[in-house]
Amino acid sequence: MPAILVVAEIRDGTPTASTRELLGLAGSLGVTVIAVVFTPSADAVAGVKAHGAERVYWYEREEEDYDGELWVAVTEQVARDTAAAAILASHTAAGADLAPRLAFRLQSAVATGCTGIVSEEGKLLFTRACYGGNVRETLSFPALPAVATVKAGVGVPKAEAARAGEVIRVTPPEFARRTRVVAREREAADSQALEDAKIIVAGGRGLEGPEGFRVLEGLAEVLGAAVGSSRVPCDLGWCPHSWQIGLTGKTVTPELYFAIGISGAAHHMAGCGNARTIVAINTDPEAAIFKGAHYGIVGDYRKVVPALVAALKEPDKS
Amino acid sequence: MHLVVCVKQVPNPEAAFSMLTVDEHAKKVIPAGGLQLVMSPFDEQAVEAALRVRESIGEAKITVVSVGPDSARNVLKHALAMGADEALLIADEALEDAASEATALVLSRAIRNLGTVDLVLTGRQAADWDAGIVGCGIAELLGLPVVTFARKVEVTGPRARVERVLADGFETIEADLPAVVTISNELGAARKPTLRETMRAARKPLTVKSASELGLMPAEIGRFSARRVRERLYVPVRSGRCEIIPGADEAAQALELARRLRSARLV
Repeated sequence: MPAILVVAEIRDGTPTASTRELLGLAGSLGVTVIAVVFTPSADAVAGVKAHGAERVYWYEREEEDYDGELWVAVTEQVARDTAAAAILASHTAAGADLAPRLAFRLQSAVATGCTGIVSEEGKLLFTRACYGGNVRETLSFPALPAVATVKAGVGVPKAEAARAGEVIRVTPPEFARRTRVVAREREAADSQALEDAKIIVAGGRGLEGPEGFRVLEGLAEVLGAAVGSSRVPCDLGWCPHSWQIGLTGKTVTPELYFAIGISGAAHHMAGCGNARTIVAINTDPEAAIFKGAHYGIVGDYRKVVPALVAALKEPDKS
Repeated sequence: MHLVVCVKQVPNPEAAFSMLTVDEHAKKVIPAGGLQLVMSPFDEQAVEAALRVRESIGEAKITVVSVGPDSARNVLKHALAMGADEALLIADEALEDAASEATALVLSRAIRNLGTVDLVLTGRQAADWDAGIVGCGIAELLGLPVVTFARKVEVTGPRARVERVLADGFETIEADLPAVVTISNELGAARKPTLRETMRAARKPLTVKSASELGLMPAEIGRFSARRVRERLYVPVRSGRCEIIPGADEAAQALELARRLRSARLV
């Protein structure tokens, strides 16, 4: 029976949210789900099993962090040994690096940044965004195995009681090491919070300067929200690059997303379009963001946001 | 030191999307006649990265390579005007709308034919298909190490030192040369060509070759292209049901929005 191999990412001993989604998505395709995991933690392996992997290929290693040469070599070995029909990874700094490299090694092809994968009459179809998020293409791969990366928020995690899955230890493959990670700097915890946040307050070019983010932080504080940005403020240095949401930044799927001074270009919507509810605040009533939003206020954020902070601080009268 | 930058010509990604037509039947995106074709922005930043490497080490030759139609000469000329030394265009009817896998094959062959190459740079993804495959493909086909999503590239001795962008920070990776590095927007803005450089660029060599002149047979390219099938190409529909919150002033609008968010149990 063909299997789908999921490349799991582990953070602090737990499968990441996108890994859990990926396992759920793979499980929905009606095939055996197997996974490859790089972790020192048996609990992390159990977590991957619990979320749907019937067999886990465990490469035991102190570091959870991505190491391209090692991960590609190990995943290639597992993919060949298992004759996997497809290999799926999250569309992250790790997955988006691993997947294309793996596809070439396996003499196959890759669909990056998928927004959907379905199985039609036994054929896997991969849909992805292109042209800055304006267009979708659906691909199939005659040359097995198919390789793909999947955006956050696409799959639905499926936590089951601890499955009686099998764990197979992976023997280290041989490869010539030509790259070495010599340093890693992570920003404060708040940036990781963006992907997990239930509410996000994001600002764009319309903030007209870094001080705009102070206004947004006021709203974020009342809501317990994380703060994000479209690409322009990051490139202009108004906020850290790790705040960037969009095609080349983070993909977020909060319950509530405030797009403030954001025009709503497709490349931004590619990162936030799956938020359950989008609130747009923009001075331009013609801005594209109002096409993608659920609620809109046409106005100057400098007035609207403080008024909203005041309104939210008032006790709920409903 | 020989640096090679791979660049692609794309429809101007800053232009309104209405300038593009999606032909669902032919499964092609067709740019309007007046739409400007430009160098993909990440590739422009890859040229910038190469220029910065040259500036820091003092001397290096920079060759820019593109796979594309004859009009792609313009993006190569742009790279020459930015400061690159030589340009190579692989123009071939067989490569029209080539899959990323086939493009990587052609570029890897072109790079191999250039002789000694120390560092290959390219954008993290092209602004049209947003795939991010070609850089990694070149590395795999040439058997070179690759570092993706770079925000900074330095060369010290036999190694490249690259800062790679992560979701919550960055890591520094040392790669043995020759290597491939793909550039992300965090690198910073690419320089604009000066008039003097643009004039000088007109005298720099720009070679055009076909795939067969690289020793590539159509069947070989075909095998790479056939690895993927585009089943559908379409424009997704947006819900377009935005409720504009009424209110006499900001305070009233804000109160109304707060009320709706509360009743939807969103806050």
